[in-house]
Amino acid sequence: MHEISLLENVLEILEENAKSQGFKQVKKVCLEIGMLSCVEPDALRFGFDVVMKNTLAENAVLEIKQTQGLGTCKHCGQTVPLETLHDPCIVCGSPGVVVTQGNEMKIKDLIVI
Amino acid sequence: MCGICGCGQPEQTAKHSHHHDHSHQQHDHYAERLVQVEQDILSKNNRYAEQNRDYFKQHHIFTLNLMSSPGAGKTTLLVETIKTLQGRIPIAVIEGDQQTEHDANRIRATGAPALQINTGKACHLDAHGIGHAVMELELGDHSLLAIENVGNLVCPSSFDLGEARKVVVLSVTEGDDKPLKYPDMFHAADLMIINKTDLLPYVDFDVERCIQYARQVNPDIQVIELSTTKGNNFSAWTNWIEENI
Repeated sequence: MHEISLLENVLEILEENAKSQGFKQVKKVCLEIGMLSCVEPDALRFGFDVVMKNTLAENAVLEIKQTQGLGTCKHCGQTVPLETLHDPCIVCGSPGVVVTQGNEMKIKDLIVI
Repeated sequence: MCGICGCGQPEQTAKHSHHHDHSHQQHDHYAERLVQVEQDILSKNNRYAEQNRDYFKQHHIFTLNLMSSPGAGKTTLLVETIKTLQGRIPIAVIEGDQQTEHDANRIRATGAPALQINTGKACHLDAHGIGHAVMELELGDHSLLAIENVGNLVCPSSFDLGEARKVVVLSVTEGDDKPLKYPDMFHAADLMIINKTDLLPYVDFDVERCIQYARQVNPDIQVIELSTTKGNNFSAWTNWIEENI
């Protein structure tokens, strides 16, 4: 369950931003999670309320935007969609596709008071 | 207060008074606003990892992050590695487990310094904990630091510790399809050690198929097949260390 550790990291970033941007309460947290990152959105949703309890983000809404996996084939140079880290290139069948999108684990923005 | 990161520093409680030309009720205290953050969730861990990496570089400490499922043979591999390289390369070990000092004690029995991190409920080591452990171990320059991560093929792959190389240990009793079942780990690793090869006659493990699966996930992954307990091909591993250090 490293999702709990990730959420503890999210909370730290919220607290840092609360100081630097001058807000007291977080109403909504928007995360960007790539389909190829090793994060399970359901596990994040499950842990979110637990980790945010008694913090500045208690009762905040969690929104998760998932980005599709994309990669560039080392063999033919095409940009191709990826569902897993080990998908071969759908154009030439070569296994060496370098991931260019889909590994994201980011806090995009917040709604705060 | 911690010298690495400032943790343990008391919060500054600046009490102040200020003059207002208006009443507090006039403030729009409750207006919602959008704050753009665009920050990596692991940015803090990654900052600590970079600090660790700088420290290792400055002091010529070659750092390995060893990962595997529980029972793949990481500690035995390290014990034999220390014995083999004794007198050639000074080695220190950071042991990560949820509970107990067992593994650190096994390392200390070889004479090498070891520090145990008990992660409690956490399923991986992080760069902040490694920074503290490094200060406590007082590593010498031109040495090897082996970090034995918590036995787990999932979570440790996401957390950069500042290591030079990630090594995944897979034993033949676990099944040859692990690279496809846990692709993040094999995607992140620089080297895969296939351990316990002396048991191959007794288990249904196809070495070629395992390597093919690992290369499907990570075409650049290096592979060493060995048996730690029987010593088969063990020198390939110690040679790899000496070539990479």
